[in-house]
Amino acid sequence: MRIEELREEEFVCGSFACAGCGAILAVRLALKVLGPETVVVTTPSCLLGVTTFYPQLAFKVPCVNVPFPATAAAVSGLVAGLRRKGRENVRVLGIAGDGGTVDIGLQALSGALERGDRFIFLCYDNEAYMNTGGQRSGSTPLGASTATTPVGRGAKGEDRPKKDMLRIVAAHNIPYAASASIGYPADYIRKLEKAVKAGGPAYIQVLTPCPPGWGYRSDLTVHLARLAVQAGQWALAEYEEGAWRVKEVSNPRPVREYWALQKRFAHLLQESGGEG
Amino acid sequence: MRDYRNANEAVALAVRLARVEVVAAYPITPQTAIVEEIAGQIARGELDAEYIRVESEHSALAACYGAAVAGARVFTATSSQGLAYMYEMLHYASGSRVPVVMAVVNRGLAAPWTIWTDHQDSVSCRDTGWIQLYVETAQEALDTALQAYRIAEHGEVLTPVMVCLDGFVLSHTEEVVEIPRQEEVDSFLPPYRPAYYVDPERPAVFAPGMGPDLYPSYKRSQQLAMEKAREVIKAVDEEFGALFGRRYGGLAEPYRCEGAKAVLVTLGSVTSTAREVVDRLRQQGHAVGLLRLRALRPFPAQEIREILGGAEVVAVLDRNCSFGLEGAVCTEVKAALYGLARQPQVLGFIRGLGGQDISQADIEEIFQHALSFSPGRR
Ligand SMILES: Cc1ncc(C[n+]2csc(CCOP(=O)(O)OP(=O)(O)O)c2C)c(N)n1
Ligand code: SF4
Ligand SMILES: [Mg+2]
Repeated sequence: MRIEELREEEFVCGSFACAGCGAILAVRLALKVLGPETVVVTTPSCLLGVTTFYPQLAFKVPCVNVPFPATAAAVSGLVAGLRRKGRENVRVLGIAGDGGTVDIGLQALSGALERGDRFIFLCYDNEAYMNTGGQRSGSTPLGASTATTPVGRGAKGEDRPKKDMLRIVAAHNIPYAASASIGYPADYIRKLEKAVKAGGPAYIQVLTPCPPGWGYRSDLTVHLARLAVQAGQWALAEYEEGAWRVKEVSNPRPVREYWALQKRFAHLLQESGGEG
Repeated sequence: MRDYRNANEAVALAVRLARVEVVAAYPITPQTAIVEEIAGQIARGELDAEYIRVESEHSALAACYGAAVAGARVFTATSSQGLAYMYEMLHYASGSRVPVVMAVVNRGLAAPWTIWTDHQDSVSCRDTGWIQLYVETAQEALDTALQAYRIAEHGEVLTPVMVCLDGFVLSHTEEVVEIPRQEEVDSFLPPYRPAYYVDPERPAVFAPGMGPDLYPSYKRSQQLAMEKAREVIKAVDEEFGALFGRRYGGLAEPYRCEGAKAVLVTLGSVTSTAREVVDRLRQQGHAVGLLRLRALRPFPAQEIREILGGAEVVAVLDRNCSFGLEGAVCTEVKAALYGLARQPQVLGFIRGLGGQDISQADIEEIFQHALSFSPGRR
């Protein structure tokens, strides 16, 4: 499916997301690929906060909100329940932020992946707990300053590298796992289509920049989502039938360029005196 | 058909007879035999259900929740630490008005670590918006699990139900159980037909956010559903009795309370022990009686006023402690009696924690103590 072939119809609209929110764009594209016969299972996060606060219900597909750790477990229940009711045509799409995926939701996700049910799990990665004010998560990159990894005397922001969630997921030997970026929508859409066709669990982790959380101007979201890939800070990878494929970066950019646009890395530039 | 069954097996039978469609459960002593038996029933082709082998209790209830909003009849079971682990999901299920039925095989909570029975686990969850029914026998476990679906799925109740049964004393002790026939159960319990379920034709949000303007009205509707459940629990028990010949007193079951000066209030299996003590003391001329609370939520306050209002002393046997106060049931019985013109003296006894045996002698001692408070004896 090419971008021009995407449906016109919107399945999430009128949300309260910030201007330039990468997450809502990722969800919007995902639902355009999956279509109306979909149920979304989601969890406390920015997404839930900006879409399903009554009376503002922004999803045009059914949406089931579950506790923070429970996305994938409820997904399993829905898959079983729908199958039992002869409605397995309804696709089950679990959506969680990075915190709801790589941290508190990891156990339930591991269980669901291992059980092998047919569902898609979309992790939109804005690299921190944005809904609660931008605290670090296991997915926060090394060096980023967050509300709980502030920069100060002797403290240089996040002191641990980003959790390699895609490899953790792939270690479950599921049919399909991929990382994507909203800066590369054609690639993202293609991966969503593959996820739809996978015969079992499919996982996509999509990079979704966040203007207030990362500290940048809201018109730069897509630019940063591209730059992250070009600066080697985000890989467009695919795990399929046991094999890895990683998109090669054709026009690499210095990481400094990526950092320089975001407040969360500002201290690194000062420290390195502009070198990068 | 009559056969030897323990309460765990009896519950598993009820799950089969209720034609449960999705089961998600995680093993924990002393609940394990329930989930093993259900897995066996499915493997043997006796039960046509999906069994989701979840990796935790939190996920067990989340999976039941997911399956229930898809429109399926669901079941889970747990004990103690597992119930505590589910806590967050308990509120989601009740708040979303999903009619899950869960067997809670009562066991104390660590620390210190224990596997034996008391009611601390379920009593600690009495404010989670679940109906709680405590059973006395394996037979009642089976029958109550069947009744639980009728109650939970009732259109004006739509509230999940815990069927609480004492670990080991009931879960691992065989007794003669009358096993209802499938056709009889089918006529008592029709298939679950939810009014709301996940349907792309009618998109809806389950458990949306609610502001302070609306949130209270949802909580109020849960409270009203609980009030409605009082009637429904009694009516379902009656209907069950008419069909199967076994009744359990609805919300609360009095035993020899006529003219009783001292009445003991119990929950669960210890009631059987207490019955014998009551018989013996009655024989000896003591005016004693027994009131078993079958429902802890909704709380049978009206029944308590009616049955205990005439007593001089009420002794409440708690297998739990609300630390910093007293046994939780004791407080609630006192509250129920509040405002009566003639209020009985209420005495609390915490016994049987962590599987501590409660013997006839223990119960007799409680009665003697209670009788010594009776003005007639002073
Ligand atoms: C059990 C539990 N712990 C904590 C929270 C508070 N909480 C809600 S959303 C959130 C962070 C979400 O982060 P993420 O999953 O990355 O999504 P984002 O907000 O960044 O979109 C937290 C900590 C909660 N709702 N439930
Ligand atoms: S804080 Fe970030 S993730 Fe949340 S709505 Fe705003 S832009 Fe989106
Ligand atoms: Mg996040």
